[in-house]
Amino acid sequence: MNGLAYPILSTLIFLPVLGAAVILFIGRNQERLTKWAALAVSIAVFVLSIPLFTDFNRMTPLMQFTESHAWIPSWNITYFLGVDGISVLFILLSTLITVLCVLISWNSIKTKVKEFYIAVLVMEGAMIGVFSALDFFLFYLFWEAMLIPMYLLIGVWGGPNRVYAAIKFFLYTLVGSVLMLVGIIVLYSYAGHTFNILELMTKTYPYRMQFWLFWAFFAAFAVKVPMFPVHTWLPDAHTEAPTAGSVILAAVLIKMGAYGFLRFSLPLFPDASKAMAVPMLTLSVIAIIYGAVVCLAQTDLKRLIAYSSVSHMGFVTLGIFALNIQGLEGGILQMINHGVVTGALFLSVGIIYDRTHSRQISDYGGLATVFPLYAAFFMVFTLASIGLPGLNGFVGEFLIILGGFTASKWAGVLAATGIIIGAAYMLWLYQRVFFLETNQKLVGLQAMELREVITLLPMIILVFWIGIYPDTFLSFMHPSVQNLLERLNTGGQEVTLAGKIAEIIK
Amino acid sequence: MDNYLLIPFLPLAAFFVNILFGKTLIRDKSHWVSLFAVVCSWVIAVMTLFEVIGGRTVNRDLYTWIVSGDFRVSVGFLIDQLTAVMLIVVTTVSSLVHIYSIGYMHGDKGYYRFFAYLSLFTFSMLMLVMANNFLQLYFGWEAVGLCSYFLIGFWYEKKSASDAGKKAFIVNRFGDFGFGLGVIMIFLTFGTLHYAPVFGSVNGIVGKTVDFLGLQVDLPTLIALLLFCGAVGKSAQLPLHVWLPDAMEGPTPVSALIHAATMVTAGVFLVARCNPIFVLSPPAMNVVALVGAVTALFAGTIALVQNDIKRIVAYSTVSQLGYMFLACGVGAFSAGIFHLYTHAFFKALLFLGAGSVMHAMAGELDIQKMGGLKKHMPLTYWTFLLASLSISGVPGFAGFFSKDEILWRAYASGPLGHLLYAIGALTALLTAFYSFRIIFVAFHGKFRGTHEQEHHLHESPKIMTVPLLILAAGALAAGWVGIPPLLGGGEHFAEFLAPVVGHAKGEGTHAEEWATMITAVILGLGGIAAAAFVYLRKSTLADTVAGRFSFIYRLLWNKYYVDELYDTIIVRPTFWVAKNVIVGVTDGKIIEGIVNGVPRFIGTLSSWLRNIQTGMVHQYAAVMALGAFVVIAIVLFW
Repeated sequence: MNGLAYPILSTLIFLPVLGAAVILFIGRNQERLTKWAALAVSIAVFVLSIPLFTDFNRMTPLMQFTESHAWIPSWNITYFLGVDGISVLFILLSTLITVLCVLISWNSIKTKVKEFYIAVLVMEGAMIGVFSALDFFLFYLFWEAMLIPMYLLIGVWGGPNRVYAAIKFFLYTLVGSVLMLVGIIVLYSYAGHTFNILELMTKTYPYRMQFWLFWAFFAAFAVKVPMFPVHTWLPDAHTEAPTAGSVILAAVLIKMGAYGFLRFSLPLFPDASKAMAVPMLTLSVIAIIYGAVVCLAQTDLKRLIAYSSVSHMGFVTLGIFALNIQGLEGGILQMINHGVVTGALFLSVGIIYDRTHSRQISDYGGLATVFPLYAAFFMVFTLASIGLPGLNGFVGEFLIILGGFTASKWAGVLAATGIIIGAAYMLWLYQRVFFLETNQKLVGLQAMELREVITLLPMIILVFWIGIYPDTFLSFMHPSVQNLLERLNTGGQEVTLAGKIAEIIK
Repeated sequence: MDNYLLIPFLPLAAFFVNILFGKTLIRDKSHWVSLFAVVCSWVIAVMTLFEVIGGRTVNRDLYTWIVSGDFRVSVGFLIDQLTAVMLIVVTTVSSLVHIYSIGYMHGDKGYYRFFAYLSLFTFSMLMLVMANNFLQLYFGWEAVGLCSYFLIGFWYEKKSASDAGKKAFIVNRFGDFGFGLGVIMIFLTFGTLHYAPVFGSVNGIVGKTVDFLGLQVDLPTLIALLLFCGAVGKSAQLPLHVWLPDAMEGPTPVSALIHAATMVTAGVFLVARCNPIFVLSPPAMNVVALVGAVTALFAGTIALVQNDIKRIVAYSTVSQLGYMFLACGVGAFSAGIFHLYTHAFFKALLFLGAGSVMHAMAGELDIQKMGGLKKHMPLTYWTFLLASLSISGVPGFAGFFSKDEILWRAYASGPLGHLLYAIGALTALLTAFYSFRIIFVAFHGKFRGTHEQEHHLHESPKIMTVPLLILAAGALAAGWVGIPPLLGGGEHFAEFLAPVVGHAKGEGTHAEEWATMITAVILGLGGIAAAAFVYLRKSTLADTVAGRFSFIYRLLWNKYYVDELYDTIIVRPTFWVAKNVIVGVTDGKIIEGIVNGVPRFIGTLSSWLRNIQTGMVHQYAAVMALGAFVVIAIVLFW
């Protein structure tokens, strides 16, 4: 499937793990070497992931860069990897984000340095695994494997309330995942003992089964997104996590829920997805408005950005369950955008937190005067977050609202109100932190280091690139999304809504 | 014309140069970068105008911006008669404001930043007027709003300034909410967002209805009104006018450029640009006309009693924008654009004049603390007077021709038009009164400020007065391109725009046309005379009237309490709900209650169950015996 001389996806998954293993053998007192090793590994992984961008065939919906090896033949489990236009960008996002996370943690992680970078690198491998696994068993393995390093990142290097946040995060997501596991087993036994996702997608399932499995998978994905009302782990986890943890959470981890809907729920349960579109749109709209309004009452920088993620991810699920091309492509693009912008916002908060050790908005004020370059960066991310045309957030939000409006005028109209509130809380945040009289505590802040500028620079470039020329990224998606829509429209048997309800009741 | 791309992109380049190198390298030379760019843009714009007059227009795509399924939109440029007029207005006023700012902003610590933002604004505004599709229009629309936000809050340490910038942005978002939905409706209706195909096939939607949130609505009306929402926000019409007076927190050259001459007129431009859609819907047209007329009167009354020189002029702007919408609403789009064009000169002049006064008075804004400025700053006085004569519609001045055109077109448009004419004519009286109130209170009489202020009074430097003089020439003569046939002119302005916006409909006799014109002129002169009487002769009269009608006075002084109303019904309830309902109850109690409650319940349950596991064999034996007994009893006696 690809002209590369090496199995790129396996390399991307296992190189970071291998790197972590090497770091294991670096002496505990050699922190500099540890950091440089982690940076070298993450950069190597990023560089090796670039062929996914350059060599990807944007004309086909088929899986590319596939690798398949028998793994546990007695249960028909294979080691099967591959990417298409829906997943490929997320792998690139993961490899980029990991580099930035290593950079941003350079001085802020002072305890258990070695273990920290090991956790980050293992995390990277698991994330790439989730996005490239095409065997359900393998997928579930990576899916759960992600929990462990993230649990440790929050629980060990987090803020004062880290243990509560870590356990909450772990249990919340685990409860959801277990229901998905049940769903996977049901699929496995129904479809003739196969975990092969592509094969499972070619089959049709009775509506009743689709319905229950849809909700079983929903439990896992909705928690991850997170959708209203299962979002309350997110503010705690985001707030307590160290900067790198928040960034990975925001940029990649919560994308997996939405990715799950796209990769599994829609193609496996097309009829249920269509039938459940209205409840899903409703939950999305609630998340958009609810998440935005909550932001108005936040006093903690990270908590505010965390809640804004609830609102922004509401846009993503709205786009997905609009079940039309603009909604889906807008949703996927917005996942990338949110990863870039919210990731960047958390990176930025980390930069200031390293200096002031405060997350309270009221401890700031007038930063623009004493920290001007930083203020400029933050302004760009703020504007991207509120969907200013010309920056990346606009393209995604516009396509989503267009798709949502096409699917349901109410959904489109209500979602658009989220943009008003979004402007309100972000600009208010910006005002309280950067404008007004300079808080005396902030005088004499150390200027941004080159390392910090380099960390934010890729995000700035992406914000403008996607905003001005989104075609680079949208063109990856077209065939895969088209294919997904065809599966949605023809894959299952056509059932009327009344028939569906009747079938469930009996 | 082939270098039309330079018109917007030169200022953009200047923005980048200044924002990247202004702080460290260019510093107090920043104006050269921005000024050079905008003057070049102006030169090309003038050349472009002549080519358009010669009959050439451009409609060209630069590149494809967004593609998704059948949705496809480009970044592209349209240069037709309407664009050409806007290009001249924008680049002319922008160039003059750049020059003026060199003096006005001299020594400010954000000097480079100021010029960077001016350049960015100029770029955005030019992108707005040059767009050939709705999404790029929306881009320019939001981008000018952003620059407005930056510049209103330019002195961001001041709470009032950063509050005002934020308010402008958010209030505009309310309007853009409708605008955005309008753009989406256009795509869903026409399958494209490019002007040419949309306007080309617009007649196909006549009489179609569409289900919108459960209501069956007329499609053209829906689209037109959604678009108009955006115009109401950007052009500060009722009920979204509240941001513009606060926007006066920004540096005064910004008020002149953005909040008088260019950005706030974008709404009028939008309606004129979309005239093929608006004319399909008489109800939408009536809404436009009525919103315009009512806003004109409403803002005019508020301006009567304010003492802050910039706020008076700001309310005056709101009022004059109302005239422009009135014109568009009666189908006289060219009259609306004509007023936009003349207004740009006299209103920019009024603001820059006010800035000149502030410059001399160390930032003082209260006209009651001025007085007698005439002899200290003659150039400022004479140019300010000229602008006031123009806005008051004194015959011969630019404002006269455009206002007369609007009033006449309103009157001629039919029965509703008579009412609109009456409102417009009454507003003309108010306009003249409050404009000359400034003249008489601030420039005539005795100086009422502090000694120190009086000592410092001086005419502004040439770098500021030369732009005043140039604008004064415009305020006098800019209207001569649109003299109506009744006065022996050729209505060249309307004829020039006719290919884009068509001709105004409505009939009337010469006698009626004379009558409406003379009435309006008399009302305008009457307003000037009344102001002279009140403020020059009977200086106690104003206070007496204010005391006699204190309710009305307070109502006007407090701007009809609209800000307070919004605060009570929108802002505070939203924050209250956020804090007390969502964070306090739904998230805090209900969801978190369940989330933490389930494990706690399991914990309690297991610690209770643990009591059974005592490890004492005799207890187990007793329970077992009891169980066996119960089972046997059930089996035997059931």
